[in-house]
Amino acid sequence: MTPRLNEIWVYLSATPLLGLTLTLVAYQGAYWLYSRSGMNPLANPVAIAVAVIVALLTLTGTPYATYFEGAQFVHFLLGPATVALAVPLYAQLPRLKQILGPALLALVAGSLTAIVSAIAMGWTLGGSKETLLSLAPKSVTTPIAMGIAEKIGGLPSLTAVLVVTTGILGAVMARGLFNALGCQDHAIRGFAVGVAAHGIGTARAFQVSETAGAFAALAMGLNGLATALLLPLLIRLWN
Amino acid sequence: MIGALTLLLLFQLAGEILAHAFALPLPGPVIGMALLFATLALRGGVSDDLRSTANGLLQHLSLLFVPAGAGVMIHFARIGGEWPAILGALVASTALTLIVTALVLRLLLRGKEQPPS
Repeated sequence: MTPRLNEIWVYLSATPLLGLTLTLVAYQGAYWLYSRSGMNPLANPVAIAVAVIVALLTLTGTPYATYFEGAQFVHFLLGPATVALAVPLYAQLPRLKQILGPALLALVAGSLTAIVSAIAMGWTLGGSKETLLSLAPKSVTTPIAMGIAEKIGGLPSLTAVLVVTTGILGAVMARGLFNALGCQDHAIRGFAVGVAAHGIGTARAFQVSETAGAFAALAMGLNGLATALLLPLLIRLWN
Repeated sequence: MIGALTLLLLFQLAGEILAHAFALPLPGPVIGMALLFATLALRGGVSDDLRSTANGLLQHLSLLFVPAGAGVMIHFARIGGEWPAILGALVASTALTLIVTALVLRLLLRGKEQPPS
């Protein structure tokens, strides 16, 4: 780089503008590819955007902390977006009343499956204790999962990555699995995606239908609660 | 839009305050969602402003996970060393959770299922 360009780079990399712009540009590009693919779940926009950002940061030798200075403004919006989930949920109130009891039972079954199978599978394949504890809350939305990981002795920042990966995997697998099971009801499909794959599954569900999205949002919130209550108890039993 | 955003932030703030005051195991935004849901159910309606702002935020919900996802780069060493356990656990557990939740709910709702309209 010429000295002039170098100066500009040094200046820009110290402002939040670059990280923020990079996040939005990478996501726009990834979303364009996703739409071009006919919303194929395999072209998950989060996965593509993350890959592009990590590649660019690694190539330019930019630390993640510097990037996050800018990206935190996007990250912050997870809070109000979570609150906003009440709106589509409210639109499903009549159907919700109809299936509340069964949904709560399915929630407990799904929440326990998520926790126990993640720890058991990770343990079988030789994962370290810290990794297993970071894996345990992987099906819950990022802010809850990070809080739980911290409480039980996992690594919150690793949990955040595992949560996002889980969400991508859930969004990618859901359609094929539900079709194989012959499960057509969008309320059921949405609910299962919300339990297993939190906000990223919910985002995908909203793109499929309003009903699926609303039930995914409900399940995501409920599983946050269920896991926050169940996981510390299970860990106490395990130790 | 500003009114609706203010409302969302106020509910999140109320959620944070409740979470900390009572040492609840849930994060503030989830409590905020429950409070807003209860408010909408009591009032019996959603304003157009709130509906359009909520839809706008939720349409690109997946964008909001990108910054946390990029955090993968600070864990390359651990993931490189333990990738079979991590990948195996994530794939198997996510698939199993989807299947168990959907099957249990379907079993309990037998006869009350609704095909997509």
